[in-house]
Amino acid sequence: MLSRTADNLYWLSRYVERAEYLARILDATQRLSALPLAYVGASNEWESAVLTAGCATGFFKLYDEANEENVTDYLAFSTANSSSIRSCFEAARHNARAVRTALTMEMWDSINGTWLELKRYGNGPTSREEFSRFLRWVQESSLRFDGSAYRTMLRSDAYWFSRLGVYMERADNTARILDVKYHLLLPDNERVGGPLDYFQWAAILRSVSALTAYHWVYRDSLKPWLVADLLILKDELPRSLSSCYEAIVRNLDQIAGAYGRQGAAQRQARGMRTRLQNSKMDGIFQRGLHEFISEFITENNRLGGAITEQFLL
Amino acid sequence: MAAAFDEMKGHDGDQVRPAYGELAQWLKEVPPDVLDYRRREAELIFRRIGITFAVYGEADATERLIPFDVIPRIMAASEWRFLEKGLTQRVNALNLFIKDVYGAREILRAGIIPEDLVFRNPAFRPEMNGQRVPHDIYVHIAGIDIIRVDADTFYVLEDNARTPSGVSYMLENREIMMRLFPELFSRHRIAPVENYPDELLASLKSVAPLTTSKEPTVVLLTPGVFNSAYYEHSFLADKLGVELVEGRDLFVKDEVVYMRTTQGPQRVDVIYRRVDDDFIDPLTFRADSILGVPGLMSAYAAGNVTLANAVGTGIADDKAVYSFMPAIVKFYLGEEPLLKNVPTWRCREEEHLKYVLDHLPELVVKEVHGSGGYGMLIGPTASKIAIEQFRAKLKAEPKNFIAQPTLALSTSPTCVEEGVAPRHVDLRPFVLTGRNGVRIVPGGLTRVALKKGSLVVNSSQGGGTKDTWVLDS
Repeated sequence: MLSRTADNLYWLSRYVERAEYLARILDATQRLSALPLAYVGASNEWESAVLTAGCATGFFKLYDEANEENVTDYLAFSTANSSSIRSCFEAARHNARAVRTALTMEMWDSINGTWLELKRYGNGPTSREEFSRFLRWVQESSLRFDGSAYRTMLRSDAYWFSRLGVYMERADNTARILDVKYHLLLPDNERVGGPLDYFQWAAILRSVSALTAYHWVYRDSLKPWLVADLLILKDELPRSLSSCYEAIVRNLDQIAGAYGRQGAAQRQARGMRTRLQNSKMDGIFQRGLHEFISEFITENNRLGGAITEQFLL
Repeated sequence: MAAAFDEMKGHDGDQVRPAYGELAQWLKEVPPDVLDYRRREAELIFRRIGITFAVYGEADATERLIPFDVIPRIMAASEWRFLEKGLTQRVNALNLFIKDVYGAREILRAGIIPEDLVFRNPAFRPEMNGQRVPHDIYVHIAGIDIIRVDADTFYVLEDNARTPSGVSYMLENREIMMRLFPELFSRHRIAPVENYPDELLASLKSVAPLTTSKEPTVVLLTPGVFNSAYYEHSFLADKLGVELVEGRDLFVKDEVVYMRTTQGPQRVDVIYRRVDDDFIDPLTFRADSILGVPGLMSAYAAGNVTLANAVGTGIADDKAVYSFMPAIVKFYLGEEPLLKNVPTWRCREEEHLKYVLDHLPELVVKEVHGSGGYGMLIGPTASKIAIEQFRAKLKAEPKNFIAQPTLALSTSPTCVEEGVAPRHVDLRPFVLTGRNGVRIVPGGLTRVALKKGSLVVNSSQGGGTKDTWVLDS
């Protein structure tokens, strides 16, 4: 297939996934900030949201203060932010339109419908209720798009590239949350079990839709090291780094099989997958959680570069 | 102007012509509300398909929907056979003419066409001088606009020999009609058109460069999503099963064209290009074009890739050259043209100009290089002021204009506000030429002027489309 087509499919999926992630962050932040100060401490949740979304530099160029109004606008509706939910959906549709024939009717309907509906929300919500509805709608739109791709696409390279986009973005997003919040997950944290941290941990889990999953996997109250374990090493959790890499390796292997050729992308992905499989939380904590996460983010970006170089140019 | 010939009722209007027998009967039987209901249903389906078409227009999305009329335009088998012969003859002559213009130039030496009309024509491409193309075919896909004035007389209004569009409507209109009116189809024997993409692909493959050893790789080159015909490009690429490429997907190395794929460079043999000559290679033509492929013309000159249509075919569909078509047909084929040319006054010639200036209120005056129904004067319906304004334009640059009598395009029953009423129509059949000759799927795009009395069928000016039925027997 055309490299441009593969590139468009890959980014189409990445942008939809990113929009959903942003909606989750905003949702979790809204909950946290609604709690009395005694439960969450004096930390600025809205600033943390900007950091987790990875767009602090751009944000502080435009605003002096990270408050609810500014952050919601910047992360959800701003056209100045190329990674706002609105920009993500617009970029997704732009990519979709360019590869109209490589999409199934259902996928096109879904992304085009989302784009058309986006206009309904105008330049922002008039109330918190409406904003909550908006966030739910974003997540539903992403689910619908993902479902339509999963259920209707031919299992060929087009499908694998679109899945790669989903998992590369997802791995990046999960790693980013860990990068910003890692200090809350360190086992030697003194206030283990205090109400302050409980809500922070819950918020982290919520932003990767894993709060219920946590209880099912561990059948235990929230423990920071278990939260880290779930998000990093547990294959069962669809948004864990490990699970993302299982899927990345699988899809890259499908492509290699169909093309009869392995490349740098396949080798790198398999290397990272193996490292995750061989890791234990103890070891990660010993070597330093933050170092581990930073390294992961760098490696994940390097893999993105390798995929682009090998297939998308 | 005499009353127009009606496709259903002929000139007098009291007798239904045989091809329309079943349809006339059906129109009598069908309750008006059913017809209206189907009309709205068609609109809904079209809007749905149309949404994918219209969104490319962004803000003015709805304006991009071309109205569809549910009453088909019908042609008898004998009428079609005649048209088919005439179209084949015409397109053969077009191909021979272009070959000659860029080759031996016999027609110029014979003094049949004035040299400056060719050499000073902006559509003439000196780069093509002496360039051979596979099987001497230049116009692989032609859209010939035909109008009818009575039972036996068809005129060619325009030869579109560059990148004619509209074939997706021919295919989609049929698809919708079969969905909406299965009972009408069972009452007729209608020749199918759905094999058009197959025929097109076969034609394109048949003109692959002579050096192509294996199965040729065909691609469709589009200017991109912002082009108004992008929907048609993606539709056709889909039906043909070929890659829809943009200029940036292709590159030229050692005079060979490749496309960038996920498995590395892949050689391209035939390019069905929907990008105009001017934009196709920034190294040869417009340097500011980002739609083309740098070096494409060098690969073309080396005979390593086929462009369909060839570069420089615009010389044959120029409106001034058009007026010479009867002579062109005779010169190359030694035959009388089957399809008539609309009598044309070339304003570049003094006597013609004088006649045109004296008769402006009766004539249609067009720009030589214009298209889409823009920049023309329709004398009989124009105001006095408009005529005088046009007279000034005409006097200033007479060679830019041609004039034709106002022809009474035939009418066909059409669903409009007040019920079923006659509206003027034309027809654009799509003529394919490959190594093994000419193929035409029976039918084409019928365009209809929805405004009462209007003679302009262009979609940009309030025209719609109809399904075109060619009866099988």
